[in-house]
Amino acid sequence: MDDILEILANDARVTPEEIAKMTRKKAGEIKKTIKEYEENGTIVKYKTIIDLDKVRGENSSFVRALIEVSITPQKDVGFDNVAERIYSFPEVTSCYLVSGAYDLLVTVEGKNIHTVSNFVASKLSSMEGVRRTSTHFLLKKYKEDGQILKKVSHGKRLAISI
Amino acid sequence: MRISKRVEQMAPSGIRAFFDLVLGMKDVISLGVGEPDFVTPWHIREKAISSLEKGYTSYTSNKGMPELRQEINKFLGERYGIAYDINEEILVTVGVSEGLDLAFRAILDPGDKVLVPDPNYVSYGPTVELAGGEVVQLPTNIKTGFKITPEVIEESMCEGVKAIIINYPCNPTGTSYTKKELREIARAIIKHDLILISDEVYDELTYDFEHTPFATLKGMKERTIYLNGFSKSYAMTGFRLGWAAGPADIIAGMTKIHQYTMLCAPIISQIAAIEALKTGFKDIAMMKREYLRRRNYMVGALNDIGLSCHMPQGAFYVFPSIKSTGMKSMDFAKDLLNKKKVALVPGSAFGKDLDDHIRISYASSYDNLKEAIARIDEYLKELKHGKKARR
Repeated sequence: MDDILEILANDARVTPEEIAKMTRKKAGEIKKTIKEYEENGTIVKYKTIIDLDKVRGENSSFVRALIEVSITPQKDVGFDNVAERIYSFPEVTSCYLVSGAYDLLVTVEGKNIHTVSNFVASKLSSMEGVRRTSTHFLLKKYKEDGQILKKVSHGKRLAISI
Repeated sequence: MRISKRVEQMAPSGIRAFFDLVLGMKDVISLGVGEPDFVTPWHIREKAISSLEKGYTSYTSNKGMPELRQEINKFLGERYGIAYDINEEILVTVGVSEGLDLAFRAILDPGDKVLVPDPNYVSYGPTVELAGGEVVQLPTNIKTGFKITPEVIEESMCEGVKAIIINYPCNPTGTSYTKKELREIARAIIKHDLILISDEVYDELTYDFEHTPFATLKGMKERTIYLNGFSKSYAMTGFRLGWAAGPADIIAGMTKIHQYTMLCAPIISQIAAIEALKTGFKDIAMMKREYLRRRNYMVGALNDIGLSCHMPQGAFYVFPSIKSTGMKSMDFAKDLLNKKKVALVPGSAFGKDLDDHIRISYASSYDNLKEAIARIDEYLKELKHGKKARR
């Protein structure tokens, strides 16, 4: 990744003027490069990481499940068609084709355990081409997208030292 | 009197009271910190933890674990193309601080003089004096980017000078030298047959060109005590681990003192350091990219708000001038701390003639740096208006 992408990946609020200072380039040049990245899809979008557990509160029944899905590949299109049918559901938050004992690893989120169960029973398992599913409800999140979710306190530095 | 004359005569640290003031204050944004804001990379910490679990809690060889000396030598060979005899020419120390102390005590007789740059890291003068030596200042200034030149050495040379200490990249100025500049300095050092103590602890944090160790230059290895450590490059300040490499006779002298006073560096730190050398290069690259951006930002921002600042080539400090305010550095630092809760280190801590400078450490998050710049800007503006109002 170049400097601009690395800086924005870490903090999307940094302005082109600030990036220009950090990289000793002209702000106009930075703006132009960012625009190019946006146009060619290198930068997909800017969003905020929110700890949803905090928003939902402790009593929330919100659940997330990892579902292993085995599918029968179709002629010419392989797994792609079935995958598309699956990932188009808004309940699905991620969908990967993987090597190994099953084919797709799908993450599904729902208001409660019933929503997710219903989705698996009525939408996923019954879908044409889906041979088998195996659902794992998540019990605890430790780390997500490279971000450790527990606030780790690293012994503090002195406020001043030579 | 219970305190020895030697200690009694040491100049008291004027900076202590200011530090206490900072430490007693809450919610301060500190740009006064002389250590990385990264925590030691996890794989290094994990190694230290597991060494404890396995029961590595003993002394080691006085010189340091053979495997560590081997790794240091390997690093020097691969990185800089220089080789030492790991049994005779490398000593593992408790930080570069111990290395400095050992070096001066090993080479100085009472009255021997040492050329010490001004500004310099705070411990150089006192360590020379504790070893019975005398300090001769090598003055540098912002006009030349705080660089030592052969001319400055010539002008400062006098009867009885035995050694010179150079720290690059430099704390507090961030100044470093290209190979060409080092060669010129080396010529002057060789001409006057000086021993060089080269403190290169910030070597991995050199931004605009490749770092060149003095010891790799022709005619220098046999007269250079090459000091380095793990604090800055691997964010391992609390591990207190460094090393000295140099001519066998000097290293033997240093080892003699070390074996009576320190015995050996802590084994846990040594094991962590082996891990750092074996696999830590990625961590260094990541930290260096981050520091480089912050340096560029800080120099740009400080010049924008009216504090003229040279572009330092390394370390994580900028050393702007506060001449435009007409204030002394300690007054500036105290007033800024009280009014805007930003802590930085007054230039006077680093030398007599640096009262119109402040040291700012950019080993702090970008958000902190941005906020600190905004506050300093506010402070400077209020200062200006205050002056006008008084007129």
